[in-house]
Amino acid sequence: MNTAINVTPAIPEIVVFVMACVILVVDLYAAKEHRVISYALTLTTLGVAMLISLYSFSADPVYTFNNMFIDDALSDVIKIAVCGITFLVLIYAREYIELRGLYQGEYFVLVLFAVVGMMVMASANHFLVLYLGLELLSLCLYSLVAFQRDSALATEAAMKYFVLGALGSGMMLYGMSILYGLTGTLDITEVRQAVGAMPLDNVALIFGLVFVLVSLAFKLGAVPFHMWVPDVYHGASTSSTVFIGTAPKIAGFAIVIRLLIGGLEDLHGAWRDMVIILSLLSIAIGNLIAIAQSNLKRMLAYSAISHMGFMLLGVLAGTPNGYSAALFYILAYALMSLGGFGMIIVLSRAGFEADELADLKGLNQRNPWYALLMMLLMVSMAGIPPTIGFFAKLSVIQAIIEVNLVWLAVVAVLFAVVGAYYYLRVIKLMYFDPPDEGVASIEAAPDLRVVMGLNAWAMVLLLPWIGPIQRVCLTAVASVMNGFAS
Amino acid sequence: MIPLSHYLILGAILFALSVVGIFLNRKNVVILLMAIELLLLAVNVNFVAFSHYLQDTAGQVFVFFILTVAAAESAIGLAILIVLFRNRRSINVEDLDTLKG
Repeated sequence: MNTAINVTPAIPEIVVFVMACVILVVDLYAAKEHRVISYALTLTTLGVAMLISLYSFSADPVYTFNNMFIDDALSDVIKIAVCGITFLVLIYAREYIELRGLYQGEYFVLVLFAVVGMMVMASANHFLVLYLGLELLSLCLYSLVAFQRDSALATEAAMKYFVLGALGSGMMLYGMSILYGLTGTLDITEVRQAVGAMPLDNVALIFGLVFVLVSLAFKLGAVPFHMWVPDVYHGASTSSTVFIGTAPKIAGFAIVIRLLIGGLEDLHGAWRDMVIILSLLSIAIGNLIAIAQSNLKRMLAYSAISHMGFMLLGVLAGTPNGYSAALFYILAYALMSLGGFGMIIVLSRAGFEADELADLKGLNQRNPWYALLMMLLMVSMAGIPPTIGFFAKLSVIQAIIEVNLVWLAVVAVLFAVVGAYYYLRVIKLMYFDPPDEGVASIEAAPDLRVVMGLNAWAMVLLLPWIGPIQRVCLTAVASVMNGFAS
Repeated sequence: MIPLSHYLILGAILFALSVVGIFLNRKNVVILLMAIELLLLAVNVNFVAFSHYLQDTAGQVFVFFILTVAAAESAIGLAILIVLFRNRRSINVEDLDTLKG
């Protein structure tokens, strides 16, 4: 083994981390009216990190830091997506946080540290690295939820998120400790080899697996470990919700891949049934309870739970096609969710949150353009063609039919139809209900308007590139598999 | 010489106690934070026991990291608690019921 440490694969993380520290200091010395410097630096950092990941994209895995850190196609795809989504999140958030007195340097630094955490999670090949990445992300998210210090709702949401998040991390650690005891190693590649050499009906192994799976369900927000999702989405300021509901979902998928597929794929027979239960319950309960919501943020939270269920369908298929369909699903979902929460930010103004469904009444008469954009997003979330949401659902359902789980596919499609009800209700409110008396006109900053338009139209305009994106997803997943075969 | 299983049973009991503490506690948020600390310490017992049993130091290194992260975590938890108290004038778990639906 060579003793010199190769840091090249970790350059995106190092860039974001160093810049986060720089921004913290720069912001300290910059006057309040020059805060735009921190904002611009943050956007530049994310852009640069994205370009570096894009430039270093390769299908062959590179290991470094004593095999603790891996740079493969999957980690590159996830890093590009996380940086790109966070870039858009900040553009959405800028005006909103300015109007609410949250426009502070710490906001950007916390977001950047969370991004480092997510990038580390995507590249982890060791339980310790995975845990540290996850905690870096979680601690930043707790603070971001509590960032609106004078809001009783936000602090209550932060407390709930903190307690349940810490419980989830504890579960993951307990599972890791059992796996460590059984395999004698913390290195995910070596864990996989050791698990492969063991009898698969080893009760202790299943015991460890259950804890790991429960913690993943906590982090993704799958039923029955979803209690925190609606409260946190609702209580947090929308600028934080738009972040929590998008990029960390992609990172959550990364740890599912690293732990379940990278480390414990030989136990697929054991975890498949458990994931079927998680996935079915998420799709069913998420879609049914969403119908009863009158708050748009809560409705989108339950919709997030059902989308996580659909994503897990691809994971439980246990085939490369299934994993790549799940990756495509999570990327498409992140974009849709970004647009959905982005619209709440667009419609909000100083001292007013447009987070009730009733606030969307008659949007078509007030502003046909935003009503059209919201309709595109809702149609895509419901999975109606011709949108990327449809192709995302199609590919996960194809993947489970390929492994002869037709009954599951039928149930999932039925609940997708149930889900269409509450998405279409939003469209009905916008187009067929009269607006309330005396509502103020919608004023949004130009950058916000451009991003909102691009984000919503991406649901349709990305269609010609679906084939190439799915091929990239397949390459990413194959790189994880090849990494272990060699 | 105490066998490995005794340590694992201790770890499991502590872990179960803390999970029960999180779900059954209806009184005070500070107790929730204590339960979370206990949860992480239960895991540490496991790691140290396995590390000694396997004669592999990696587990003990992991424990150092968990301790450090636990310190950062309780700092954030207490900070959130203080903000919560300022807004609510109460740290009763039962008062955390504004968000529902």
